[in-house]
Amino acid sequence: MLPFLSRSSRKSRIRFPLQPNPTPFTNSTTSPSHRPQIIPLPTSCPPVNRLFSSGYFRSPHHKANGFLRILGFVGSLRNLSSEPDRESINYDLVIVGAGPAGLSAAIRFKQLCREKGVDLSVCVVEKGAEVGAHILSGNVFEPRALDELLPNWKEDEAPIDVPVSSDKFLLLTKNHAFSLPSPFDNEGNYVISLSQLVRWLGSKAEELGVEIFPGFAASEVLYDSSHKVIGIGTNDMGLSKNGSRKDNFQRGVELKGRVNLLAEGCRGSLSEKIMRKYKLREKGQGQHQTYALGIKEVWEIDADKHKPGSVLHTLGWPLDHKTYGGSFLYHMKDRQVAVGLVVALNYHNPFMNPYEEFQKLKHHPAIKRLLEGGTVLQYGARTLNEGGFQSIPYPVFPGGAVIGCSAGFLNVPKIKGSHTAMKSGMLAAESAFGVLHDNLNMDTYWDSLRNSWIWKELYSARNYRPAFEYGLFPGLALSALEHYLLKGRPPLTLKHGKPDYEATKEARLCSEIEYPKPDGVLSFDVPTSLYRSNTNHDHDQPAHLCLRDPTIPELENLPKYAGPESRYCPARVYEYVPDEKGQLKLQINAQNCLHCKACDIKDPKQNIEWTVPEGGGGPGYSIM
Amino acid sequence: MVAIKRVVDYAVKIRVKPDKTGVETTKVKMSMNPFCEIALEEALRMKEAGLASEVVAVSMGPPKCVDTLRTGLAMGADRGIHVDVLGALQPLSVAKLLKALVDSEKPGLLILGKQAIDDDCNQTGQLVAGLLSWPQGTLLPSTDLRLNQPRYATLPNILKAKSKVIKKCTPEELNVPIKSDLETVQVTEPPHRKAGVILSSVDELV
Repeated sequence: MLPFLSRSSRKSRIRFPLQPNPTPFTNSTTSPSHRPQIIPLPTSCPPVNRLFSSGYFRSPHHKANGFLRILGFVGSLRNLSSEPDRESINYDLVIVGAGPAGLSAAIRFKQLCREKGVDLSVCVVEKGAEVGAHILSGNVFEPRALDELLPNWKEDEAPIDVPVSSDKFLLLTKNHAFSLPSPFDNEGNYVISLSQLVRWLGSKAEELGVEIFPGFAASEVLYDSSHKVIGIGTNDMGLSKNGSRKDNFQRGVELKGRVNLLAEGCRGSLSEKIMRKYKLREKGQGQHQTYALGIKEVWEIDADKHKPGSVLHTLGWPLDHKTYGGSFLYHMKDRQVAVGLVVALNYHNPFMNPYEEFQKLKHHPAIKRLLEGGTVLQYGARTLNEGGFQSIPYPVFPGGAVIGCSAGFLNVPKIKGSHTAMKSGMLAAESAFGVLHDNLNMDTYWDSLRNSWIWKELYSARNYRPAFEYGLFPGLALSALEHYLLKGRPPLTLKHGKPDYEATKEARLCSEIEYPKPDGVLSFDVPTSLYRSNTNHDHDQPAHLCLRDPTIPELENLPKYAGPESRYCPARVYEYVPDEKGQLKLQINAQNCLHCKACDIKDPKQNIEWTVPEGGGGPGYSIM
Repeated sequence: MVAIKRVVDYAVKIRVKPDKTGVETTKVKMSMNPFCEIALEEALRMKEAGLASEVVAVSMGPPKCVDTLRTGLAMGADRGIHVDVLGALQPLSVAKLLKALVDSEKPGLLILGKQAIDDDCNQTGQLVAGLLSWPQGTLLPSTDLRLNQPRYATLPNILKAKSKVIKKCTPEELNVPIKSDLETVQVTEPPHRKAGVILSSVDELV
């Protein structure tokens, strides 16, 4: 950890407009492959932090002439995140993310405190404006973990009241639908809105004394001198686009935890940094994570078409046989249905537009007849993990652990991840309690994971997704083989293919896809859908989507891959627009961002880094 | 004293309830009315400038209003008053309740937001002034959007706000009968824009 500026040396400095971009180039985790460059462009992060790479002006007492002292000050702007003027609040347990995993961990921890009669403090910090605002999921919920955590959930009026009543599985072609035997066993499961369930979990956590802080974005990890994680820092609020302080500027706050759990969901920004820093993927099961993008709408349909608890999944059209993915349609209560398309992000064709594929899907006769006459209530999108067993990282780092989808426990053939996320949070809480109360080691979390039903479940599900590397029909055949003959006990473990961002082929090798115009009744344009996500960010803040090298979009993405970010982003954040000279330039409409993380995953050169914007912004999901 | 109202958040897509009796407010994000935020910010600045000694935030409505009051306390208000009322409140009732509170608390200044973004009435300020026979400045203390930039509630302030006092009272205690003078017959969405007709000449129009 770089040393603080001493107060006296600070007074003599010229006061620059402060541009403390807390991520990605702070003292914490600059990885060598991402050396910052001195190219100030509006679409990139404030350039000041990039001027000086690690450590040259370390000493605040560096005796230099005026010019070098200015540079020294500017270089140590990176230290601003650790400047003493930031307030610090101490907790025993700090959890980043109020989702199923984070809240389950908080609840379990407080339950243990009660059992043993100790009073330890827990806080959960959440970037969404409310608990549940950033939660999006199918969702057919398996209550296995909830039964363990809060066995009286039914009496406590958890919003889980639509049991699965039917389970259909269709293979779609452009105009037809073929019924296949359903591979799912959803007996005992429920159709729910995960956003609503998480809100309920939040209220349960608060009843137990957990402090939840929505509207605060954890933007950096705090370390001590031995590189142990000692907490997180929240974003400064009230910075303008160019980094200067506005009227209502508020410095971020340090939340210091004796144990820190990261529960940011799939592709969590801090979790990814931590996993790179401590090489957690290599230490774990070893494979990279693979992802899919899920795009979802909640509709209110005609009462006579609505069958609560009805579950439908489809494969095939509109996706081609080389692209893994499928759709879901779940009937909730109050005439509401959740409908969505999940597309694996290792698709090859850069012209593919998952959002438009979803709009196409809704026109299929099997889907159309249910949605006709209905209205869309909400829209949203989020990436999810598909790596399963092979991609589980070693989840423990000095000072804490990664839980939930940030680590990645989604069961792909079941298409369920909420129950495993919750269980992982509970196990981590038990280990954390052991650390704080019984002086144990956080490594017990890894041991308890491997002895839990999460491990057994993911182990037996491990080959279903990798089998589809060979195509839709070989994948189906292999899956059938595993499911019916081998009964989940295959003799070998298939590996994943290339990482998602490497799988994109060059545009010249692929054919463009022509998408039909939206009809405004079943299919819609992006702005209309975005409006339904209730997403908003303060316009005047630094762009949270950072280009590691701002020249790459025009030099690589556009000519080689036809600008795929302008197609896979479900919020139209990335657009190539002609400038005054008629040249196409990348425009980043950061305000639209749905926090789905697809860009962080799929950018061919991994040039886009998703960092967290000011807390309180982003989507406003309530029934997703 | 600053009156703050809990309303549907400005960024949320509003929809009419299926039974057409009003706008959907369950499962929808609620926040402090933006005009009230500005009013509160102005009050806090007056306190910081030494013009006021105490800022009291007042809100009326169901128990959830306490959340909005806590936000106000976290921004810097010293204490809060929650008038527990279930059901709809018309501006005249609000004005009467405010008058009763002003009579009991005796603030030097009452600041209200110009209008609430849910009913857009812009009546309460004028009604209260009338009832109290106080002079009213319509742009200040009734505040509009360009007056100031409200501050964020920081984490440390949120924690401090938990220990600040919120007094609860009811309309009965304040001796104000709540009756609704307005009856909502039906609420519908605005009609969809009909497509325009392109005419080839002025004669067709006439």
